[in-house]
Amino acid sequence: MSLSARRGVTPYLLLLPGLMWLGLFFAVPLVTLVSTSLYDPSGSLREGYRMTWHFATYAEALQAYWPQFRRSFTYAGTATVLALVIGYPLAYTIAFKAGRWKNVLLVLVIAPFFTSFLVRTLAWTTILADDGFVVQTLQAVGLMDPTGRLLATPVAVIAGITYNFLPFTTLPLYASLEKIDHRVIEAAQDLYCSGTQAFRRVTFPLSLPGVVAGTLLTFIPAAGDFINAALLGTPSTYMIGNVIESQFLQVTDYPTASALSVMLMATIVALVVVYVRKAGTEELL
Amino acid sequence: MSTTDTAARDTRGEGTSSRPSGPRSPLRAAVQFAGRHVVVVAAVGSLTYLLLPIAVVILQSFNKPAGRYNTSFNEFTLSNWTNMCAAGGMCDSVVLSLQIAVLATIGATVLGSAIAFALVRHRFRGRSSINMLIFLPMATPEVVMGSSLLTLFVSMQMRLGFWTLLIAHIMFTLSFVVVTVKARLSGLDPNLEEAARDLYANAWSTFWRVTFPLALPGIMAAAMLAFALSFDDFIVSNFNAGNEVNFPMFVWGASRRGVPPQVNVIGTLMFVVALLAVVGGQWAAAQRHRSR
Repeated sequence: MSLSARRGVTPYLLLLPGLMWLGLFFAVPLVTLVSTSLYDPSGSLREGYRMTWHFATYAEALQAYWPQFRRSFTYAGTATVLALVIGYPLAYTIAFKAGRWKNVLLVLVIAPFFTSFLVRTLAWTTILADDGFVVQTLQAVGLMDPTGRLLATPVAVIAGITYNFLPFTTLPLYASLEKIDHRVIEAAQDLYCSGTQAFRRVTFPLSLPGVVAGTLLTFIPAAGDFINAALLGTPSTYMIGNVIESQFLQVTDYPTASALSVMLMATIVALVVVYVRKAGTEELL
Repeated sequence: MSTTDTAARDTRGEGTSSRPSGPRSPLRAAVQFAGRHVVVVAAVGSLTYLLLPIAVVILQSFNKPAGRYNTSFNEFTLSNWTNMCAAGGMCDSVVLSLQIAVLATIGATVLGSAIAFALVRHRFRGRSSINMLIFLPMATPEVVMGSSLLTLFVSMQMRLGFWTLLIAHIMFTLSFVVVTVKARLSGLDPNLEEAARDLYANAWSTFWRVTFPLALPGIMAAAMLAFALSFDDFIVSNFNAGNEVNFPMFVWGASRRGVPPQVNVIGTLMFVVALLAVVGGQWAAAQRHRSR
């Protein structure tokens, strides 16, 4: 009897502190974010805000920052597709061809995380600089006109985002490719599938859970990122994250900034729900 | 164990691909051959893309800067390493990052491991909604997390600084700890605990002498992950640090004024320490495996 009584209380005692932390500092802030977005926009941080249920802030913010909003999702979407295209061969090679080098290659995939996100992103300013070897080479080969540049262009920002979130695409892809039973692929080949056909009709569909997980893990942080756009771009490449950051920390227009933050979150949630549903029912193909 | 496994698989893979599939045509064979190698070539390209910036960071840490903005290698020097703290404010920011990371790791590991134990070892109502609550912070963009926490602190009129930074870091590392410890716990054989109970161990000694030691590698991994996430966090910190400056915030600020080369020294040091930790961890695991 005492054992069953203990069984009843113990899990709640274990859960309570951590869940309270998440409730107080994750869930409650989301509520204050929404309520801040509805404050009277004529208030200020110093004089205080009044709650006026001012929904118009949303329309105004969207109107003012529509380019940055659209850019965020365009850049994040492009980077997600690129990360998939770049990450798939890598994950495939590690899962099927690496042999004893598998662990070494996996460590190399996560190696970028071993050093600082910002320092790595700044390294791209060196790599893509106007007098750097990438630009020089492209110009020498004639793939780029002599006055062309990479830094401070959308190309640099998208390349930076793709780079920063590539491991988040590669690792789930690897995990789902690794799980595939090789006998299934062999069976396809025994049934006269060519290598390409076997890949298209067996291996790739079986890796779809990894594709879905990888694209989500890349797209969500990429849509909110503002580090790449700030370090590798110019104001003309700024994303919604840059606007939220400056509205909160420099302009201190809290209602507008909160409204943008809420809309970013809502858009991501909506896109993710549609994507997951589509991926679930139609197998994405 | 896994190497022999994959080696066996590899030979099997080679066998099937060299087997003629359908009517043998030289063109198809050539395409298949190229196709196989295209994948590996593409993978090497992807790895280069991933590793190139690290090489640049290491190289730049030995570079004598030509001016405020350094985009090319100028001259080899060790002075960035010997005068690490000559970059004004950088070492203070590293110290702050370390303090926050250590405290956040302790907090998140204790709170998160407790949640993981409850979720894996106990059955109770509301488990699935709790799993959802754990998952959400990992699926929320950091800007939203950071800015929402800022609105809370401001509406509570809390002074932004060390403590708000610590609160934020425990919050966003907590979920990662839960997931990592959960993965380890659910991989454990429950029979081991049952055996302990059969041998008249009470719940407490079963936990301390069986469950906890078995879960420890997972808890250590979770702690390392929490430390790394906290040490390198910029976005959430930027919203909640007030006048405090951690290392990523220092780099952010410096990127406008010209980055001191010592930043690359810290980047390189982080890389080396993390690499040693991972290689050391794998080596220790291999030793344990062998001695068993």
